[in-house]
Amino acid sequence: MQLTLWTYEGPTHVGAMRIATAMEGLHYVLHAPQGDTYADLLFTMIERRNKRPPVTYTTFQARDLGGDTAELFKIAARDAYERFRPQAMIVGSSCTAELIQDDPGGLARTLGLPVPVVPLDLPAYQRKENWAAAETFYQLVRAFAGPHAPPPGTPRPPRAAGVRASCNLLGATALGFRHRDDVQEISHLLGRLGVDINVAAPLGARPSDLARLGAADFNVVLYPEVAGTAAAWLGRIFGQPSVKAVPIGIGGTCDFVTEVAALAGIDPAPILADLPSRLPWYSRSVDSTYLTGKRVFIFGDALHAIAAARVASEELGFQVVGLGTYSREFARDVRAAAKLYEVEPLISDDYLEVEQTIAAAHPELVLGTQMERHIAKKLGVPCAVISAPVHVQDFPARYAPQMGFEGANVLYDTWVHPLMMGLEEHLLTMFREDFEFHDAAAPSHLGGGLERREEPVAPASAPIGPAPIGPAVAAPTVAAAGGAATWAPEAEKELGKIPFFVRGKARRNTERFALERGVAVITVETLYDAKAHFAR
Amino acid sequence: MSGLAAIPSTSASTGCGDAPVLRERGQREVFCGLTGIVWLHRKIQDAFFLVVGSRTCAHLIQSAAGVMIFAEPRFATAIMDDRDLAGLADANDELDRVVTRLIERRPDIRLLFLVGSCPSEVIKLDLSRAAARLSQRFAPAVRVLSYSGSGIETTFTEGEDACLAALVPTLPAEPAEAPSALLVVGALAEVVEDQLGRLLAALGIGTVRFLPPRRATELPPVGRNTRFILAQPFLAETARLLEKRGARRIAAPFPLGAEGTTLWLRAVADAWGIDAATTRGVTAVGEQRARQAMTRARELLAGKRIFFFPDSQLEIPLARFLSRELGMELVEVGTPYLHRQLLAEELALLPAGTALSEGQHVDNQLDRARAARPDLVVCGLGLANPLEAEGITTKWSIELLFTPIQGYEQAADLAELFARPLVRRARLRV
Repeated sequence: MQLTLWTYEGPTHVGAMRIATAMEGLHYVLHAPQGDTYADLLFTMIERRNKRPPVTYTTFQARDLGGDTAELFKIAARDAYERFRPQAMIVGSSCTAELIQDDPGGLARTLGLPVPVVPLDLPAYQRKENWAAAETFYQLVRAFAGPHAPPPGTPRPPRAAGVRASCNLLGATALGFRHRDDVQEISHLLGRLGVDINVAAPLGARPSDLARLGAADFNVVLYPEVAGTAAAWLGRIFGQPSVKAVPIGIGGTCDFVTEVAALAGIDPAPILADLPSRLPWYSRSVDSTYLTGKRVFIFGDALHAIAAARVASEELGFQVVGLGTYSREFARDVRAAAKLYEVEPLISDDYLEVEQTIAAAHPELVLGTQMERHIAKKLGVPCAVISAPVHVQDFPARYAPQMGFEGANVLYDTWVHPLMMGLEEHLLTMFREDFEFHDAAAPSHLGGGLERREEPVAPASAPIGPAPIGPAVAAPTVAAAGGAATWAPEAEKELGKIPFFVRGKARRNTERFALERGVAVITVETLYDAKAHFAR
Repeated sequence: MSGLAAIPSTSASTGCGDAPVLRERGQREVFCGLTGIVWLHRKIQDAFFLVVGSRTCAHLIQSAAGVMIFAEPRFATAIMDDRDLAGLADANDELDRVVTRLIERRPDIRLLFLVGSCPSEVIKLDLSRAAARLSQRFAPAVRVLSYSGSGIETTFTEGEDACLAALVPTLPAEPAEAPSALLVVGALAEVVEDQLGRLLAALGIGTVRFLPPRRATELPPVGRNTRFILAQPFLAETARLLEKRGARRIAAPFPLGAEGTTLWLRAVADAWGIDAATTRGVTAVGEQRARQAMTRARELLAGKRIFFFPDSQLEIPLARFLSRELGMELVEVGTPYLHRQLLAEELALLPAGTALSEGQHVDNQLDRARAARPDLVVCGLGLANPLEAEGITTKWSIELLFTPIQGYEQAADLAELFARPLVRRARLRV
């Protein structure tokens, strides 16, 4: 039993719904009690889909439990086929139906429906949404591409001369973070490279399209969280290699182009010679100097978190001070990435733990999910969203991919804009004595004001003795275990001279410095010792 | 002008008192009772709601709460996993561990609800025993109660009924010699509570209390001299348990709209033996103001045809309000459950021959709605955008739970909720 306030991933049947809703001509019959239909609104409201998800819920109630819930399932499945006439169906249980063990797959078989029915076994008490999306897609790929598999051990015949290379574009789902625009951007990029797309799935594909997957030369796995399992199977059965590079950021996209070109037997040089992205120049532009070493904390699904760390570090010159994911299935990859930036990886789906870790890292920018956006708001730190779980704001009206060269432009804008502009920072320093600038005036770029303000200086009430003078080593009294240091009046006054927008950080850093060294009273010396320490 | 003169008598011979009802079963596009936590936790400000359930339950509440992500909300889910189900871990020990951690984190909590879910009901985890055990452990600082908000037993607003019903046995006993007191039952916005409180005071009702209270430490007493009136139509079990404790229910329509609010107040006044002139003196101003404020909405809505999908059990009072005060035509009024006894006064006021439906078969109902081409469909969020995309204007029903709509001063706001989708559609040129 796990105490949960907010969850990063939904239950397993929502993962299956993301596949069913992404595809055409597929219908999902879900054995579930009333209330589970709430999941429909994720698609109709968050993603603003104009159709109901293709899901029929059996809607059993307590009074059915003693009776025949299996019959209820059969009626629902038969009616769903009659009404929607899908090309194929998937059937399964939600968490409650899993407990009553009605076996939707077996029941559906007895109906003799005239279309393929793929049973799903998605253990709701062990697994979560992304795993289930991957499992559902894998089962569908197996069911439809499987019958076209060559005999085991058959080597893949070489592509005939003069035939363009083709690939499958795998992993985009309904309710995915910018999947819609990423598919468009990467399709365009592949087109420029001269590579055809055989099938893009699950988003927009029909079950009959999945039957054609084996025809491609290789697979592009946009989202390993969803398509990794299926791509590995396609690799084994059809001998199709997968592109490993993730086309996020300039470096990632160039690696992707190089890898695709190698698989397709194409020269990538023309594309790499003239990158259609403003990120490299904007990042070298002198006004970006202030981005140097900005402390950034990154948390999200593994794919986006790892890619964001690379972009933040190599392409914007930030300092990665934290890297984590809620995708336990990809914990190893995130641990390896964290090593590159010499940070402790955070593998957790406990919102409170994530919040504590972010607060302790004192970042100047948070790149996270909608949950971290709220954490950052509470801490008064700017934030940009880089990953699911999705929010209505993650479906912008404009074209806003995360992947490819245009995606790199989007990353530059969305990560840099929440920060205070460099020149603005200098001007604030110049004018800091002006009466408009005070603790309570929030920086204009954080609309609505900071939620957490520094406590006002309380000179009279500070219960301290004579102010220690001289070097910090001469007079520090040792703080009681775990006790916070108090501020000497002079140090408090000196702190007041620091521009307000960095004063909070200076106060926190100094207090942390004092605590770590057991300094009980913070003097002017402690303040500057701390400044020197953190400036290293 | 007095609106009262226009109100016909509520005899059973008129309206829909014994009208036939289309009973359907099939897929239900409604929330389960857990959803009530979203407003109940804000109402009772020192209560915490711990759902004992699955990842689905946590995800539902999170999705229903939408953007309301608080620093640390007063609700959470104890997510059961394989170990709990396989009996490897004693679910009760696990629950005690989770609750202990929770209460350590939140020393401000005075009342903890263990909320049952579909999985906890199916595996027959006895939360009432767990609540008694934990109550003993944390007494007197924290009281622990339980109720079920599971989808196999409750539909949406029935979660509030189950929660309030769990409170009823814990209400202090009113001494036998206590003077008559009024208990208003059902979660209302504070602004509505205050308005109704002022009107009831003006009528001369000495003691007026509300259930749920704003703080768990201020539970209203109940006894033989308690008269109670429902402010929400979905509180059947709560009403039954209050009656069991000796309180007597005042039957009335619900305080929606000018007429509804007057009839609701008048029912209280009658129970207290207050004469008609005094009552009219108290209600006339508010009623008149409400009617005036609704003029614009009435011009827009009169003659428009409306179709209700089942959602909150507020459908019948709302349909009565829309048809009688705004002149709308009722195509179909769907409700998840129809409590004929609690709604007798409402049904009598509905136009004769109104098509009523109970339960749901969502696909069949969508077929009926499409065929009828109503001007406005009231439905949940899962259906609203798909219907809009088909060209059918919708009003999403959950807003009717989250917005203050009861009483005179909110009557026009309520009317406006139905007018706005039509106004918007007329405005847009895209």
